[in-house]
Amino acid sequence: MRFSIIYNVFMRDFNKQRKRMLLTLVAILWGTLSIMLLLAYGEGLKTQFVRGSSGMGEGIVILWGGQTSMAYKGFGLGRHIPLVEDDIEYLKQNVPEIRDVAGEYIRWGAEVKHKEMILSERINGVFPVYRDLRNMIPEMGGRMINDLDIEHKRRVAFIGDAVKVRLFGTEDALNKTIYIESLPFTVVGVMKHKTQMNSYQGADEDVIVIPASTFVTVFGDPWLDNIVYAPKDPNQSEYVERRVTEVMAGKKKFHPDDESALGFWDVIQSLKTTRNMMLGIEIFLGIMGGLTLLIASVGVANIMYVSIKERTREIGVKMAIGARRSYIVMQFLIEALGITFFGGFIGMSISYILTEVFKMIPIESDIFEFMGRPTVSLEIGLVVVAILGVMGFLSGLFPAMKAASVNPVDALRHE
Amino acid sequence: MINMSQITKVYNTGNVAFEALRGIDLDVADNEYIAIVGPSGSGKSTLMNLMGCLDTPSSGKYELEGHRVDALTANQLAEIRNTKVGFVFQAFNLLPYASAYENVELPLLFAGMRARERRMRVMELLNRVGLGDKIANKPTEMSGGEMQRTAIARALANRPKLILADEPTGNLDTKSGAEIIRIFDELWETGHTVIVITHDINIANHCKRVIKLKDGMIFNGIGARVN
Repeated sequence: MRFSIIYNVFMRDFNKQRKRMLLTLVAILWGTLSIMLLLAYGEGLKTQFVRGSSGMGEGIVILWGGQTSMAYKGFGLGRHIPLVEDDIEYLKQNVPEIRDVAGEYIRWGAEVKHKEMILSERINGVFPVYRDLRNMIPEMGGRMINDLDIEHKRRVAFIGDAVKVRLFGTEDALNKTIYIESLPFTVVGVMKHKTQMNSYQGADEDVIVIPASTFVTVFGDPWLDNIVYAPKDPNQSEYVERRVTEVMAGKKKFHPDDESALGFWDVIQSLKTTRNMMLGIEIFLGIMGGLTLLIASVGVANIMYVSIKERTREIGVKMAIGARRSYIVMQFLIEALGITFFGGFIGMSISYILTEVFKMIPIESDIFEFMGRPTVSLEIGLVVVAILGVMGFLSGLFPAMKAASVNPVDALRHE
Repeated sequence: MINMSQITKVYNTGNVAFEALRGIDLDVADNEYIAIVGPSGSGKSTLMNLMGCLDTPSSGKYELEGHRVDALTANQLAEIRNTKVGFVFQAFNLLPYASAYENVELPLLFAGMRARERRMRVMELLNRVGLGDKIANKPTEMSGGEMQRTAIARALANRPKLILADEPTGNLDTKSGAEIIRIFDELWETGHTVIVITHDINIANHCKRVIKLKDGMIFNGIGARVN
């Protein structure tokens, strides 16, 4: 019953003061639009960065051989610790916390030829599990290196999408023959394009992947350049790293505390850092938008104050005919909240429409590759609604308290 | 209806305390028709504000319809103003952006009356003051007399017994003023208690009882005529 009184009085006052209300509404609308678009931009940026950071593979650690820095069991300092194919199986057996592990051979500057085109490209010798660890997905019709390729030392190649363009242009590359160091290889797959923002040997779009066994035969290189592994539980990556060091220390006879004997790049941790950095950027953008909205709220509060000054007599009249103070307070509070939420709702709707329209624009450019596309998420919506609520309440509260402190006798005398 | 004893009202303006009322003893029976007269600053409006529970006395005892009202909470006072007292002001004090209908409806809204009932009551009141055909008019579209009649309809909204009017004809021409007084006569005849502050000697004489105020005190004897 009481609410309906307040609602009735509010709706009437609102209808009678449309122009003032509308102007304030536009200010709130603009503030909401700003904060929504900034946050949407941040969200798109974050999504893109996280996607880009995981382009190289998710939940993986890159391991490479280093040099000892501690004397151990009669060995001196500065000894090179090489990685060999044996180590892969050895790690699998001795560190059960590892889900998948693969090795890779790298050869830079190999001569690659197709028809008249001769290029100097990077060749990786890999194992099938590499496909999932390093997120190298073939385009339709193609495939990645498989177990039979390894077993039979087949001369097959899976090529990065950028290499494909360099060698074949717009031509179809599947099942064509290319020459690597004068040996013929059949292209069995082209990598599906991916956004990759970090790497340890160059972008995957620039690589030619061949079976590890074939690689050893062709290049006669027995040393693995890297081992890539994925812990079963990504949150345990630090513990697994410790275990890998200990196991390898036993096998290769270096001090288990020697930190430079093996090199690790914990991509999981890097991704966490990226996420945190992005969160920081989002918060920053949110604060920028929030400030815009704050200014709009000050506008609401200001208009409410002016309104109270103009309506002092009205407040007195209402009190004289029986309005309780709480009605007066509620009236101003609801008015402020009403303007804020109504303006906020329109602002949110517009920003949603804008981002949807933006998504539909079919632009394939490097800018989008890094910036991503602004996205309005439910979380953003809820955050903005919460901010609107707090600001609407505050911008109404202080004017309302002032209104309620009006003495009816003085208010009636007010001109 | 009203029993006041030793009512005082002191205003503190800065360092100076101003005694607006200095010990008022006043009894008003049901269905009286009273004029309050006196020079400016004599405390007429202050007395009326206290009677109407717009303000509370600094000291003294005030009973309205048999209930003590000098020490009620703000909300209780608001309810009394809403249901037991009807105010009519010199400056009409209608909400400028609201129609006659909406102005009369407001006290009913505060009383929490249902929409259907409200509509019937507002129409009944506006018809009673002869404005049944002007319900949609805003104050700017009305004459002074019409505005004051709207204000009277508003004062009567929740059927209070006590009608307090502070110079109700002060802003009106003679003809409109006479109409307002005729409405007050009718109200008195139908059992309301009407108390009017006035400077108009004719209106004062027209009333059944005159209370003269001077320097915050009642000057004449109870029931005495002015002339």
